[in-house]
Amino acid sequence: MSESGNVVEIAGVTKTFPQGNVTALENIDLTLRPGEFVSLIGPSGCGKSTLLRVIGDLIEPTRGTVTINGKTARQARADRDYGIVFQDAVLFEWRNVAKNIAVPLELLGWDRAKRKERVRQMLELVELSGFADHHPWQLSGGMQQRVAIARALAFEPALLLMDEPFGALDEMTRERLNLELLSIWAKLGSTVVFVTHSISEAVFLSTRVVVMSPRPGRIAGIVDVDLPAQRSVETREDPRYFELVTEVRELLRSRGEHLLPEEEAALRSSHE
Amino acid sequence: MSSAAAATLPTRRTFTAPLAAGTKRAAAVVCVLAALVGLYELYHWVWVSTGWTHPFVVDDTTMPHIWVILHALWQPAQVNQPALGTILFHKSLFTAKEAAVGFGLGAVIGFAIGVVLVHSRLLTRGFLPYIVASQTIPILAIAPMVVIWVNPKLPAGVQGWGSVAVIAAYLTFFPVAINTLRGLQSADPRALELMRTYAASRWTVLWKLRVPTSLPYVFAALKIAATASVVGAIIGELPSGLQDGLGGAILNFNQYYSIEPQELWATNIVAALLGIIFFVGVVAAEKAIVRRAPETVE
Amino acid sequence: MSGIVVTGISPGMGRRLGQQAREWLPALVVFALAIAAWEGAIAAFHIQQFLLPKPSDIVKSCWEQRHTLWPAGWYTFKEALGGFVIGSLAGMAAATLIGRFKTLGAALMPIAIAANAIPIIAFAPIFNQWFDPLSPNSKMAIAAVLCFLPVMVNTLRGLQSASPRQVELMRSYAASSFTIWRRVRVPTALPYVFTALKVASVLAMIGAVVGEYFGGSYDALGVLIRSKAQILDFTTAWAGILVASLLGIALYAAVVACERLVVRWAPEARDS
Ligand SMILES: Nc1ncnc2c1ncn2[C@@H]1O[C@H](COP(=O)(O)OP(=O)(O)O)[C@@H](O)[C@H]1O
Ligand SMILES: [Mg+2]
Repeated sequence: MSESGNVVEIAGVTKTFPQGNVTALENIDLTLRPGEFVSLIGPSGCGKSTLLRVIGDLIEPTRGTVTINGKTARQARADRDYGIVFQDAVLFEWRNVAKNIAVPLELLGWDRAKRKERVRQMLELVELSGFADHHPWQLSGGMQQRVAIARALAFEPALLLMDEPFGALDEMTRERLNLELLSIWAKLGSTVVFVTHSISEAVFLSTRVVVMSPRPGRIAGIVDVDLPAQRSVETREDPRYFELVTEVRELLRSRGEHLLPEEEAALRSSHE
Repeated sequence: MSSAAAATLPTRRTFTAPLAAGTKRAAAVVCVLAALVGLYELYHWVWVSTGWTHPFVVDDTTMPHIWVILHALWQPAQVNQPALGTILFHKSLFTAKEAAVGFGLGAVIGFAIGVVLVHSRLLTRGFLPYIVASQTIPILAIAPMVVIWVNPKLPAGVQGWGSVAVIAAYLTFFPVAINTLRGLQSADPRALELMRTYAASRWTVLWKLRVPTSLPYVFAALKIAATASVVGAIIGELPSGLQDGLGGAILNFNQYYSIEPQELWATNIVAALLGIIFFVGVVAAEKAIVRRAPETVE
Repeated sequence: MSGIVVTGISPGMGRRLGQQAREWLPALVVFALAIAAWEGAIAAFHIQQFLLPKPSDIVKSCWEQRHTLWPAGWYTFKEALGGFVIGSLAGMAAATLIGRFKTLGAALMPIAIAANAIPIIAFAPIFNQWFDPLSPNSKMAIAAVLCFLPVMVNTLRGLQSASPRQVELMRSYAASSFTIWRRVRVPTALPYVFTALKVASVLAMIGAVVGEYFGGSYDALGVLIRSKAQILDFTTAWAGILVASLLGIALYAAVVACERLVVRWAPEARDS
């Protein structure tokens, strides 16, 4: 960990894609402390995925720096400091569930016995113990996503990057997985960056919600979620929860008033 | 196969004019062709100058120079005859006729088989293994028998080349039948259910849903079949004793190879061009008919 | 389609056998009916023996002349097998090499596809000139060239169709490009490769027989079929064709068996 004790430090990050000259991110500053659960929310196309990829060193920022645990993002990736989960599970269809979870462990050079034991634990954690030998196509979307989460957690990264991991799931599965994710997070104590376009999901899960605005992607505001640390089904009925949801919605909308017509369209499409 | 990736990204091509892209691709093709010719000549030169004999002896007979081959096209093959290129042009028209008729016949039969099989699991189970097995029959071996058998039954106008067209059709029908079946089967089950809610007849489902979905598959097969029909026509000519086509020319020039190898080479190059022309013809038809032709369907 | 493969759940052995029998029963019935019709037609219409021999005669000849037919078949099969192995390996190697260089692959792909449209079999006489027509090498060479192009084109296509997300996931683990190649690109390419290998197995046998048509050893099946047809001994010629087909089917079946063993996850293996 760095001297400052921050897990992620994003300083002045700008990302311009040469194709079409899109400025996806402009001057982003953000700091994450250990154990935080931070959601990134914003209309589609506002650069959430781009920001996540910049943090993960999957693409390079045009300007600015990303520091993870006091190291460069490149070094952090080489040290396998983070695990990532995408919107679709991105499983390897030629591997069964157990072997999919074992992918990062193989790359880390764990021996067989150790891998097997860890995979067993992870399967238990995501409640898929009976499915170790199944292939991805034999699982439902929610189960596939749980495998992807188990894979990301398998090597206990201190940082977890999640890009709309439940975006493609139905509401009920999503709420259940939200609770599961929270209990896993409580158990492991890792830091999470969670991209979503659902306001309720963002507020329910996070300790902080970062609201982004589109074109160029900027941080419109940050909402501290001062709900009790222990979230449960009742949290969704807490009056404070509704206040926070409203606050985030206002932030999203207040930006909307100054939007260009095409940006409005983007914002509206994100609420579909 | 794997899930769609990065669907939101703008395509890279949008900013390059299609014309420029076409020119670029043509330039690349010309470069690679030139490189291949260069490699051929380089190989020739290295093997000749070092005297290597592996894997085979290289000299002007086994590997005639490209320019010698091209030059042969402008020369008469025999005294008082038109240039070899002219002769080969007429012969390739003859072979093209056989191949085209065989292609049409095979494609129609293959498509019909696919349509029949998709409607009956029982027939599929009964016949598919033999349709697959039929491809392992070395067609050249049965060609003489096909010629003897089919030829007398053909009307006078098509005798000779007609039986060769039948052989070409034999090589064509298989890929078309298999891919038509797969394409018709690939219709979205939900769309099939939707059609059922309309109480659509089998016929309507076939023409409104199954056939349009199958088109990319069918065209993938037709591309294979285009070459196969040319192969079938050339092969079919060999045992039939027909002298009017490229197959006959290959047999003929093969006998004079040690004297004038460039004539066989030139014939083969013309045969290669014919195969490519057939292929390009199908690709063009596909571009015109199927708007979003997926390249990946086998 | 013709499938027997049941992945994942394995039902009772007896039920599986019953299922298999039901799958294959229609094919057997068609076979029996076709043979009966063939025999019957020859008897009913007095078709001349030399045009279309009775299937029973063909099989009988297959047995009676087993000391010439099968060694000849084996001779040709070895040519085909040699060509198949050499051509396929070369195709895969070339695709691997070309796949490393994106622009080279992009430039070569249209050429390779066009070259695939060349009736290569027409080049058989040239191969007979290169190598001694009496040696098996000339047939092996033509079979190899026939196999090379489809295998190369499909392997290249397979290597290029790796999911960008899966590659990105591997990069998040700081996997080297070799690791990505081995663990993502190769498994993705395998179904494509096997599709091509099936095509190639058929082409190899045909290539060997056609190569022999332009001259070959008297030990070879193609030469035997041709000379028997020339002296109007069609029963033996057909017996030779039967041998060639059976050997061709054997090679094809071997490839299919390998495919089922290796590509267990592919859609064909799954829903057949
Ligand atoms: N690889 C890329 N090349 C060009 N433009 C891109 C690329 N990736 C993203 N973009 C553009 O950057 C902007 C932000 O994209 P993204 O980060 O995916 O948004 P979000 O995840 O918030 O929906 C969009 O306008 C998108 O079109
Ligand atoms: Mg996104």
